[in-house]
Amino acid sequence: MADVFTLGIDIGSTASKAVILKNGEEIIGKSLLDVGTGTSGPERVIRQIFEDTGMTKEQMALIMGTGYGRNSIEIADQNMSELSCHARGAYFLLPSVHTVIDIGGQDVKVIQIDNGAMVNFQMNDKCAAGTGRFLDVMARVLEVEVSELGDLAAQSTKRVGISSTCTVFAESEVISQLAHGTKKSDIINGVHHSVAARVTGLAHRVGIRDDVMMTGGVAQNKGVVSALEEELGHIVHTTPLTQYVGALGAALFAYQKALVKAKQ
Amino acid sequence: MAENEKAKVKKGPSPGVLALRKVVDDVYEEARQAKKRGEPVGWSSSKFPCELAAAFGLHVVYPENQAAGIAANRNGEMLCQAAEDLGYDNDICGYARISLAYSAGYRVGRKYDHETGEFIINPASGKPLKDENGQVVLDENGNPKKDPKTQQPFEELVNINDIEAMPEGEEKERALNALKPIRQNLMPAPDFVLCCNNICNCMTKWYENIARMHNIPLVMIDIPYNNDVDVDDSKVKYVRAQFDAAIHQLEKISGRKFDEKKFEEACANANRTAKAWLKVCDYLQYKPSPMSGFDLFNHMADVVTARAKVETAEAFELLEKDLEENIKNGTSTLPFEEKKRVMFEGIPCWPKLPALFKPLKENGINVTAVVYAPAFGFVFDGLDEMAKAYYKAPNSVCIEQGVAWREGICRDNKVDGVLVHYNRSCKPWSGYMAEMQRRFTRDLGVPCAGFDGDQADPRNFNAAQYETRVQGLMEAMEAKDLAKEA
Repeated sequence: MADVFTLGIDIGSTASKAVILKNGEEIIGKSLLDVGTGTSGPERVIRQIFEDTGMTKEQMALIMGTGYGRNSIEIADQNMSELSCHARGAYFLLPSVHTVIDIGGQDVKVIQIDNGAMVNFQMNDKCAAGTGRFLDVMARVLEVEVSELGDLAAQSTKRVGISSTCTVFAESEVISQLAHGTKKSDIINGVHHSVAARVTGLAHRVGIRDDVMMTGGVAQNKGVVSALEEELGHIVHTTPLTQYVGALGAALFAYQKALVKAKQ
Repeated sequence: MAENEKAKVKKGPSPGVLALRKVVDDVYEEARQAKKRGEPVGWSSSKFPCELAAAFGLHVVYPENQAAGIAANRNGEMLCQAAEDLGYDNDICGYARISLAYSAGYRVGRKYDHETGEFIINPASGKPLKDENGQVVLDENGNPKKDPKTQQPFEELVNINDIEAMPEGEEKERALNALKPIRQNLMPAPDFVLCCNNICNCMTKWYENIARMHNIPLVMIDIPYNNDVDVDDSKVKYVRAQFDAAIHQLEKISGRKFDEKKFEEACANANRTAKAWLKVCDYLQYKPSPMSGFDLFNHMADVVTARAKVETAEAFELLEKDLEENIKNGTSTLPFEEKKRVMFEGIPCWPKLPALFKPLKENGINVTAVVYAPAFGFVFDGLDEMAKAYYKAPNSVCIEQGVAWREGICRDNKVDGVLVHYNRSCKPWSGYMAEMQRRFTRDLGVPCAGFDGDQADPRNFNAAQYETRVQGLMEAMEAKDLAKEA
C-alpha cells in the first residue's frame, strides 16, 4: 500500500506551526514561525514545510487546520478545534496522558482525556491573566527575553507574590517590586506562580488525573512547569515537540479522516 | 415522525407564534393607553407575583423584558454606557444598567437633519439589493448595493426629559418622532414599582433607585435564598405577610379594593399559562425536535409579561397545536439538521444572537433544554401556595434543587452535552455554574463547555472564543459516540 501523508497546520494568535506525518506514525517534517493569524505567518509556514520536505500539497491525502486562525487557512480541507488536536497530539506522544494543559498566546486550556479522546475541557474566561501574553507583558517590563524567564527563575531565592487576577494590575505590581529593588529572579518566580495559580483553578474544575502533560510554547519555560507542579501537586510532563502538539494532533486527525475517505 | 428521522425546515411564524407576539405587543400598547388615560402604570420585576397587580386591574410593564429587547436591537451598549456615565459601575447587571438609564430619561433616537427633519441614513445598514431574478446588485466597486428600503438612520442617545422640556412646535415633534420606534424604547414612565428579589438581589437596589428617581412607591417582596429543597411554613408565613402588605399598598396606589374574583381569575389564567408553557417545553423531548430551543427564549417574553392573561394561555395552547402539526408533518422550526442536542444554561447574549447561533448551526447543535421550563411552569392554589411557588425561582433555590431541575430536563430531553453561559451580568446565576457543571459531567456523563458573555452588554462577549468552545463541545460529543461504538 502506498504511503499516506497528511499535513496538520496550527495557526495560533502568536505563532504558526505545521507538521507532515507519514502513515499517521512518523513526523517527516515540521516548521514554525513566531507570528500567527492575520500575518504572513500562515502562508510562510506552509511554504516552508513544503520546501523543507520537498513535498507538495497534492501529495497530502488530507490537510487539517486548527488553532485560533483555523477558519482562514485556505489550503486546509477541514478544520478542528485546537482542544481536540492538543488532546490527540499529546496522547500520541504520551499514551498514558489523562490531563493536558496548554497555555497559548491568548488562552489556556485544560483538557481531560479518556482512551485518547477528549471528554471534557475548561478554558480561561475573557482575561489575559494566566496566558502566554501575560508572560510577554511581564518579560517586557522586566527587560528580559521570554526565553530567559525559565533560567532566571531558577536563580530565585524567595518568591514574590504577584496578582493572578489581572495582567494590567500584575504589571503594576512588577513595576512596584522593581522600584523597591526586588531581585528580577524573585519577581519572575512570582510571575510563574501567578500563571500556575490561575491554570490550577481551571484544572481543578475539570479534575486532574495523571499523567499530566503540558503542551504549547509556554511549556518550554521550566519555571512555569515547576510552579505548575508545585501548585497542582502532580508531575507535569513536557515534550521537546511542545509547540507542535496542536499541529501534530491535526495531522493525526487528518490521517484518520483520510483513511475513512479512502474506504468510501 | 420516526425517531432520528431528518426534519424538514418550517419557515415563517406559525399562528401560535403570531398570537404570542401579539400578546406582548398588547401589554406595552395597553400600558401606553392607560398612561394616556391618566391611570397609574407600574414597572415590575419578572417574578413579582403579577396576580396581585391583576387583581386591581393595574397595567404593568417589565424592565427585564424591555432591557432584553433593547439589547437584541443592538442598543444595549449605548444605554449601559449612559448608566455608567451616571455613576453606575459596569459590574452591575446589564439589564439593570439599561433600565436605570431608561429610567433617567435616556432613549435611543434616530439622527435627523434639524433643517429638513429628514433622517440621516447609516450607509452600512440595510439588506443587499436584489434584482428581479433574485441576484444581488453590485455597485461600481463590486460590493453589494444596499436596498434603500431597508436602510436605517444613524442612532444617538437622547433624553426624553430634554425633549419634553422643549417648547411646543415642529422641532419638538421631530425629536419625538425620531425616537426609535420599537416598543421597548417607548415604554411609559412608572407611577409605582413592583420588586421581588427571588430572581436576584441586584433587583432590590435597582428598583429602589427607580423609585427614588421618580419619587414613586416601591412595593417590595423579599424572598431570601432558600438553602433547603422544601419551602417550610415559616418561609411561607414570611412571604404571605408581605403579600398582605403589598395588597394594602396596591389598594392605595390604585384607589380600589382588592378584587378577590379578579385575583382568582388571574391565578387561574397563570396556572393555565404555566401548564400550556410546560406542554410546549415538553415538545423538545422529541428527537429530532419540532422546534429550535432558542424559540423558548423568545416565548419567555410572554411568560414574563403576561402569564396572568387568558390570551397568553390561549396563545401557548395554539402553539402546542402548531408543534403537534410539526410532529405529524415531520417539520421543525430549526433551520438546520439536528445532529446533537444540548442544554443551554443561562440567558442568551441578546446583543449577539447571530454570533451565538452561527456555530450551533454550523455544527448541527439544537438547544433542547433550558432551565426556564421548570422555573416558570409552576401551578398553585391560593395565597399561601402562591408564596411557596414564588419561592422557587432559578436563583433563589439551593444548588441541589437547581441541579435536580436541570438534570431532569437534560434526561427527559435527551441532551448530548451542556453549554454554559458564564454571564457577566448575572453573578448569582453564573457563580454556582462551575460546581453545577462538575455535577452534570459526573451525573449525566455528558461533556460541558462554558463561555464568557453577557445578556445585554456586547463588550463582554468574544465570538472567536465562543466558536472554539462550541466546536470543542461538538468534538467531545462526537468522541463520546465513537468511544461508545468502539
